[in-house]
Amino acid sequence: MTLLGPLSLWLAFLVGLWGAITGFVGGAQRRLDLQQSARHATFALFGALLVAVISLEIGIFRHDFSLEYVAAYTSRNLPTFYLWSALYAGQKGSLLFWATVLSLFAMLSQLFTSRRHRLYLPYVAAVTCLVATFFISVMLFAANPFERLGFTPLDGRGMNPQLQNPGMVFHPPMLYLGYISITIPFAFAIAALLTRKLDAEWLVAVRKWTLVSWLFLSIGLLLGMWWAYVELGWGGYWAWDPVENAALLPWLVMTAFLHSVMIQEKRGMLKKWNLALILGAWLLSIFGTFITRSGVIASVHSFTQSSVGYFFLGFLVLAAIGSFALYWTRLPLLQAEATLESMVSREASFLFNNLLLIGIAFSVLWGTLFPILSEAVKGTKITVGPPFFNQVNVPLGLALLAMTGVGPLIAWRRASVPNLRRQFVVPLTSGVFVLLVLLVAGMRDVGALMAVSLGGFVFATVTQEFARGARARHRQYGEPTALAVVQLLARNRRRYGGYIVHVGIVLLFVAFAGMAFKTETQATLRPGESATLKSPYGQVYTFTHLGISQYNALNREVTAALVEVRRDGKPIGRLRTEKRQHVDALGRPTFEPSTEVGIRSGLREDLYVVLGGLVNGTEQAVYRFTINPLVWWVWFGGFVLVIGGLIVLWPGGGPVAVKGSGASRVQAGYAVKLEPADQ
Amino acid sequence: MKAGTKFAMGAVLIVGAVGYLMASGIKQTGQYFLTPSELAQRVSADPSFYDLGMKVGARVVPGTVEKEIATQTLRFHVTDGTVSYPVVFKGLPPDTFTDSVEVVVEGRLQRDGVIHATNVLAKCGSRYEVVPKA
Repeated sequence: MTLLGPLSLWLAFLVGLWGAITGFVGGAQRRLDLQQSARHATFALFGALLVAVISLEIGIFRHDFSLEYVAAYTSRNLPTFYLWSALYAGQKGSLLFWATVLSLFAMLSQLFTSRRHRLYLPYVAAVTCLVATFFISVMLFAANPFERLGFTPLDGRGMNPQLQNPGMVFHPPMLYLGYISITIPFAFAIAALLTRKLDAEWLVAVRKWTLVSWLFLSIGLLLGMWWAYVELGWGGYWAWDPVENAALLPWLVMTAFLHSVMIQEKRGMLKKWNLALILGAWLLSIFGTFITRSGVIASVHSFTQSSVGYFFLGFLVLAAIGSFALYWTRLPLLQAEATLESMVSREASFLFNNLLLIGIAFSVLWGTLFPILSEAVKGTKITVGPPFFNQVNVPLGLALLAMTGVGPLIAWRRASVPNLRRQFVVPLTSGVFVLLVLLVAGMRDVGALMAVSLGGFVFATVTQEFARGARARHRQYGEPTALAVVQLLARNRRRYGGYIVHVGIVLLFVAFAGMAFKTETQATLRPGESATLKSPYGQVYTFTHLGISQYNALNREVTAALVEVRRDGKPIGRLRTEKRQHVDALGRPTFEPSTEVGIRSGLREDLYVVLGGLVNGTEQAVYRFTINPLVWWVWFGGFVLVIGGLIVLWPGGGPVAVKGSGASRVQAGYAVKLEPADQ
Repeated sequence: MKAGTKFAMGAVLIVGAVGYLMASGIKQTGQYFLTPSELAQRVSADPSFYDLGMKVGARVVPGTVEKEIATQTLRFHVTDGTVSYPVVFKGLPPDTFTDSVEVVVEGRLQRDGVIHATNVLAKCGSRYEVVPKA
């Protein structure tokens, strides 16, 4: 095993180079033998990297502490579960993981791209191989996971306790899957630019891959929020940290693309914009990697400052120049086939949705980079934090939420007044009704009022769409309502799956609004003493400190505090929160103590209890008690969003392609180019 | 008016709104991020700098940390090697806070010469990686 890892890494490097060269040359010279070779290179690349991953995991499981990486991130007493995740607990291992997942996607894109899109594949292989080769070269020349120490320590340093959480086992891979898979749409974009075949066929391939990475990225973001909430103990799930922002940026850009791509499909417009979005999303993913790994921007998530950052910066600059130069030369091929006919059309509403999404992305990027920018321009570092991001993004987010409802209601090309009346009466009434109910109930926070009533509006638009579709099926095929709804979803997954994603977004917004009513208190309590906190719904919670217990677990010394919770005087349960001091196999402390939060999650609110510490080793404990309204709905809304995304993505039965004559396509609202076959 | 022109107006409106929100956001919430030396310089040049909210990035001076758990008060000194300031913070410090860590202290320097912190972040590149002790 000592040789296999580094050897397979070098092999992967050479195979990657080979795949890049044969892909580009084979594509340009139309040499089928080279094209075939590039295709096979992606398989070999994945194979070689998989061997490298396996040999690193074997090193981890055998506790081979002569490997610097194994010694730095694991220890003999680390639970087995976390030995798996040690693969991506540190910089070097996560680079290997990254390259491997990329090569997997490279292979899958070769295998699962339909025949019609064959001509792009050599270039797709070339681009994916090139990117993978970059990652491999970073490992070989700056951060080799197989580096040896020259001696064998008795035990490793162990894993950071904050990474010893189930969320941390799944969150990074999911986020990586999303991040890395953006390379595939990017590779297709470059392939289309190189082949000059930028037609509707290409768009279908790109859209599907973008949806895949959008879905993975969504899951990764949600798991990250969950991890931050249950593990970090500050009482929230989103802190506008640079690293969180870095993951949000490509998500926003891809969301914009998934909407604007519909305009290109139906109307042949926005071709330049869509391509720029794909290139931008990928560049942002590399930018995010750069931020996370360079230490340029102070973040609580960042890896140790290292030279790796310069590699990424160089790569980012080269890739940006290269891809946009290519884009520039192909601009004449990207002429729109139609123009905007009316402001009151779906096209226009999608354009505004895109502008808002990009506006949000831009402000997030700006806020993230502002300390660097202000230092470069003015010489003083000025930072912005959550207040900035909230102040800017709450209004923009609300406008976006409104567009989520408006977009699907307006007809393509030009909406008529009767059409508008028919579409908007019910949803608008519902929105206003929700607003009135909230006002009567005594809610006064403007942002929250807007979020929830707009949510009511959007939810009503979705319900109306389902109801109309189901009624139409009922009339046409005599299906009972329940079956009709299922059939709707099955027959037009893209449209109705998209609506379900919208429902998820509504739930998320409502849940975010709930955080406006967060309340908390701190208290120092002796056993038997209690603190009270009033929930935003008016109930009074009483937290009684029951006592402290201390014991040793596998790799940690635990100080646990028990709290009894009463709602309006009635006991509803007990919560336990811990301070953990992690220790090595000899019982010596490693890392700083970490906190385990006590959470009681409910539909209306979460009770969130943190043990701050003990007073001079007595049983007197310092607590922070927080009531977080509606947090459960973040996870549920995320779940709905993911289900909706899966429905859209599920193969087969997708959008019914409008076949037949040009006339019928025009009727369906598609852009039609008259070609001999149509006449 | 053509739809394209109208759309352009709408787009300008959105872009303008984004720009305005960002500019006002930075103006209202932006905070200076200073080292203790820079802070000392600014305060001596312009006394109105006292009481202005800002962030100070520095290292905790080992041995100066006093935790009073009963009143949840944390006192320590921060330094960048040349200038040092005492800090007082009421609240729970983050898990990663120790007496030799790099911190970002958010708060106000008041005329008593003490930084009254509203938030203390243990800034660390080493959060997930143990820095090898040299």
